[in-house]
Amino acid sequence: MNSLLCIWAVAVKDVRSELRVRYALNALLMFVVTSIAVLVIALGDSGLNPEIMSALFWIVILFSAMSGLSRIFVSEEERGTTLVLQLVASPSAVYFGKLIFNCGLTLVLSSAVSLLYVIAFPAFIIRSGAVFLCTVFLGSLGFASASTMIAAIIAKAQAKNTLYTVLAFPVIAPLLITVIHTTALSIQGGTWGETVPQFQIMIGYLCVVVGFSSIMFDFVWKD
Amino acid sequence: MNQVSITVSGITKSFNHRNIFRNISFLLSSSSSLAITGKNGAGKSTLSKIMAGLMSTTQGSVAYTLNNKTIDIEAFKHYIGFVSPYLNFYDEFTALENLQILSRIRATARESESRMKEVLSLAGLWERRDDFIDTFSSGMKQRLKYAFALLHNPEVLILDEPTSNMDDEGIEFVEHIVKLQKRQGVLIIATNKKNEAGLCDQEIHLE
Repeated sequence: MNSLLCIWAVAVKDVRSELRVRYALNALLMFVVTSIAVLVIALGDSGLNPEIMSALFWIVILFSAMSGLSRIFVSEEERGTTLVLQLVASPSAVYFGKLIFNCGLTLVLSSAVSLLYVIAFPAFIIRSGAVFLCTVFLGSLGFASASTMIAAIIAKAQAKNTLYTVLAFPVIAPLLITVIHTTALSIQGGTWGETVPQFQIMIGYLCVVVGFSSIMFDFVWKD
Repeated sequence: MNQVSITVSGITKSFNHRNIFRNISFLLSSSSSLAITGKNGAGKSTLSKIMAGLMSTTQGSVAYTLNNKTIDIEAFKHYIGFVSPYLNFYDEFTALENLQILSRIRATARESESRMKEVLSLAGLWERRDDFIDTFSSGMKQRLKYAFALLHNPEVLILDEPTSNMDDEGIEFVEHIVKLQKRQGVLIIATNKKNEAGLCDQEIHLE
């Protein structure tokens, strides 16, 4: 019970901190608005096929998320608050608390991008709403899980931004391919039956990344 | 207060193949105090971090007991208060908010508002409790570190450079805290000042 309270308290701390400084929120918002504006200007009314629409959708989410999700650990190192957090919380509580925060942030981001996409591109019509929502939900959690662990790894490194991108891409690529394909299916009206293998991959990815990260985090967090 | 002991057995610490210290051993129990002395770079802060469970050893081990029962460091951390120049609080929160948030994260026993008032008043910061940390002077931040370290009535108090940035009044405050802690718990001071080392009953000198 104490562990759960501790995890929740870490997540609440990060939410309160973000609402005060708005560093990640502002970075995400600017990236989302800029990216979608550029797409609208470049593509106009041209009808793109579902695969390309889907790929562009997830590229906006992915790069927006990467601009903000690494802050969760990098800011603790930069401000020197890692030590105080190590004193009051176990490594697993820190990991799961920050994972909850990053998952929440990514879900908010995905919801915003989905809404803006639907408004900006009239051709972006989702024929299987439930499949789309499930894909966005699981895809967001997958991105957040991978990003959280990678952020913890690079937080103490020198060239953080470069290293984050270099490490993140090969880890996130399998998930990215899967969610792009599933989103394209949802645009085309794909049924649950047709998308079961993709959802199995997404759930499996989430379990493997979170499971592996929760074991490895102890070694990453402590000096 | 609980009876505690810390047994350090043959610990060695290296960074990138450079030895900081080798084969350090000692035992501390309730009502004992230890000064860790040495010149700059000898490893005083490193040893204090290892004892606080904030850093791992290269070789050797640190064992913690609570009322004669061995417990792991993650559980023992709730009985440790730590003050260090490397400790920083969250600038976007006020002094009181920092204590409240960190107390909730610690989660073993929620510290009451009256206890927070007590430690902040003891540290001379009650009047500034609603001010953001980035408006604090270095001396005030040091006092807040003491308020945080004492909030949960720790059995073990580890002070790294205890009077750093403190004025005369602050130094008296630290000496008062040290006297109280020596009576009932374990006190560890890492310092290169002779007068601070003199506050402890035992000394270990790092080369």
